[in-house]
Amino acid sequence: MDVQERIRTQVTQSPVVLYMKGSPKFPQCGFSGLATQILQACGVTDYVAVDVLQDPEIREGIKTYANWPTIPQLYIKGEFVGGADIMREMYQSGELQKLLNG
Amino acid sequence: MLRADEVRTYIMQGLPCDYVAVQGNDGQHFEAVIVSPQFVGRNKVQQHQLVYQALGERMRHEIHALSMRTFTPEAWASMEN
Repeated sequence: MDVQERIRTQVTQSPVVLYMKGSPKFPQCGFSGLATQILQACGVTDYVAVDVLQDPEIREGIKTYANWPTIPQLYIKGEFVGGADIMREMYQSGELQKLLNG
Repeated sequence: MLRADEVRTYIMQGLPCDYVAVQGNDGQHFEAVIVSPQFVGRNKVQQHQLVYQALGERMRHEIHALSMRTFTPEAWASMEN
């Protein structure tokens, strides 16, 4: 299975998937840390976190997958939602909570 | 070391903007506010993609992180009031 196919499988098999650097307990980058805090603030506890630092193929492939060159990246029901900035804006407007609980 | 004003220039070269402000002085992490008529009718993801596109390969190699807020000219005008 090529990397794009692996990513497609990952994001469609779980309702909420976050690609990040490090783990939710030990984020390796401030933006990834922020992303996990936002999900926590939305009351989401059972999301899948993919540590791209553990998988160089995914780390590069994910940039192509959504035509998005940075990490973190949030996917809900297989759809790319955004990076840390967009997550923050959507959280502040209440849009993210709606999307997550919808 | 990459400077904030260089990042600003790169964005403006790749995307017609009404206003761009970039901050950051460690050469890798930058914060930008960008106002462009190209953002009209596009969602946030598409707006950020346009900025990433303007920065091209620099986004992969030189810039570790770019935090940004994007506005259409109309949204920007209503913010100022």
